[in-house]
Amino acid sequence: MMFNSRNIIIGLIIFVGIFTFPFVLSAGKANEAPKLSLDTPVINELGTEECLLDTEYMRSNHMQLLADWKVEVVRNGNRVFVNDEGREFNMSLQNTCLECHSNKEEFCDACHTYAEVDPNCWDCHVAPEVVK
Amino acid sequence: MGLNFSLLIVAALILAVFLGVEALGLSFLFGVIIPYLAIATFIIGFILKVVKWAKAPVPFRITTTSGQQKSLPWIKDNKIDNPATTSWTMVRMALEVLFFRSLFKNTKAELVDGKKLTYQWEKWLWLAGLVFHWSFLIVVVRHFRLFLEPVPAFVTLIGKIDGFFMVDLQNVYITGVLLLAAVTFLFIRRVLIPQVRYISLAADYFPLFVIMGIATTGILMKYFYRVDVVSIKELTVGLFSFNPVIPEGVSVLFYIHLFLVCTLISYIPFSKLMHMGGIFLSPTRNMPNNSRAERHINPWNYPVKVHTYAEYEDEFRDKMRAAGLPLDRESSEAEAAATKE
Ligand code: HEC
Ligand code: HEC
Ligand code: HEC
Ligand code: HEM
Repeated sequence: MMFNSRNIIIGLIIFVGIFTFPFVLSAGKANEAPKLSLDTPVINELGTEECLLDTEYMRSNHMQLLADWKVEVVRNGNRVFVNDEGREFNMSLQNTCLECHSNKEEFCDACHTYAEVDPNCWDCHVAPEVVK
Repeated sequence: MGLNFSLLIVAALILAVFLGVEALGLSFLFGVIIPYLAIATFIIGFILKVVKWAKAPVPFRITTTSGQQKSLPWIKDNKIDNPATTSWTMVRMALEVLFFRSLFKNTKAELVDGKKLTYQWEKWLWLAGLVFHWSFLIVVVRHFRLFLEPVPAFVTLIGKIDGFFMVDLQNVYITGVLLLAAVTFLFIRRVLIPQVRYISLAADYFPLFVIMGIATTGILMKYFYRVDVVSIKELTVGLFSFNPVIPEGVSVLFYIHLFLVCTLISYIPFSKLMHMGGIFLSPTRNMPNNSRAERHINPWNYPVKVHTYAEYEDEFRDKMRAAGLPLDRESSEAEAAATKE
């Protein structure tokens, strides 16, 4: 026999509600990772579709790479990045990353909306113009 | 003893995931099956525990509260500390749950010069406890950016405020750091204060180590050994929508983080971590002190055969009168009624 069963049951319903609401909200929803588009003029010209570094590495570590670039450029005055294969690139967010990935909205932003990050870089750096 | 034992268990758990995922490829076990089992254990175990507690009667209002009780109208009562109504009791409970009001009154006893006993207000436990619990809550709420698609607006807002500071071009979540700092403080306090260490058992160290492990792996994932967050979100959204998937390229660090979380939540119903539900059932906190206004009858009272003084007099009236003893009534009630007619 339970005492104060009315209050206990109300409390337990609240408890179950709080801890199952993510299941209730997501139930039956399709699970779709963002579709990334590599369809940009510069990438289409490339012989092999490769990023600066290994794709797996770029997926997880591109923010660190950008942070390192900024330090190199702004503090050390070095603007040349040499990748694993010995190719040289200009260390620049807007002139290198976004030259290839000029479709910022279907690429950078697609991921960032999904993962709910909102880098403030574009307050100062120029994003490529969206071709209407 | 308890300390080493707990440390060993947590190390063994971490090693088990590491070997399970890296050597045996058991990512479906650690990424899908164990999380489902853990959440089921948590919810069902929690309900059963509360139902078990609810079976224990609490017969009396437990009035060991500080503050003046409600009595005569010209005596000012303390409505929060010694509430007489349900709504003020809810205020007291809310303050307890949100701000740990009882712990705020914590004191520390000390011998000064080896003979004088003094009591001091001890606020660090309260402060660290409050920081710990609030950070934990905010970290968990923030995590819903990785659990739900689309992300609810309030989760985004909390993330924005929490990640206000940027270090090295990245938002650093303050609560994540505070959580680890506070739990470390709570652990060090347990070890350094001899009296507290003396009463600490494995059941006290184990949850601390598990939470330290969760926070450490989380911070490593976010700032040091980065993981592929997009794939991880696919995994978690899959779990919550009952379409489980194991995407490629999820780091073992994440499986360790997740397994420690599963350990923690499935451990809750069987441990002192049940204080999460138990606080609401604390008799000194959840009962209005209205003993003067209302009669509370012990629920396990059995009917007691009583013999009142009036009945006693009825039985022995003649003998008492004969012996010259004073009587409350000269005749029994039944006789009195009869004479009236
Ligand atoms: C030379 C052109 C080029 C440059 C410059 C470049 N990328 Fe890429 N990037 C690519 C291509 C092509 C891919 C797709 C690789 C693949 O699919 O294996 C890619 C993939 C990526 C991915 C992984 C996407 C996925 O599918 O998971 C990220 C993240 C990324 N790039 C970020 C950057 C950032 C940040 C910079 C600047 C530091 C940058 N890229 C510079 C061409 C480039
Ligand atoms: C594969 C998906 C993906 C793509 C593509 C991608 N990002 Fe990201 N990016 C992320 C994720 C996920 C995070 C946040 C990681 C976390 O939660 O710590 C992030 C974080 C960042 C951050 C750090 C923000 C912060 O506050 O921590 C910067 C800067 C960044 N990305 C720049 C870019 C740029 C520029 C591009 C396009 C060239 C790009 N990213 C493309 C997934 C992606
Ligand atoms: C307050 C404005 C501001 C913000 C916000 C900002 N930057 Fe910059 N950034 C600059 C300036 C100014 C330079 C120096 C430009 C130069 O010397 O070419 C620079 C240089 C850089 C460079 C090297 C040079 C180049 O052309 O790219 C990188 C890489 C960079 N920033 C990345 C980032 C990233 C990533 C973010 C977002 C997380 C960011 N910045 C946000 C102002 C800003
Ligand atoms: C009790 C629950 C949990 C606690 C206390 C916790 C703690 C943390 C902490 C402190 C971080 C560091 C970054 C930050 O401050 O946000 C973190 C990151 C992370 N946690 Fe958790 N975590 C919990 C549950 C989970 C669960 C259930 C998952 C996934 C299923 C998860 C996945 C992650 C991931 C992927 C990161 C890296 C975040 C990023 O890059 O933004 N955590 N966690």
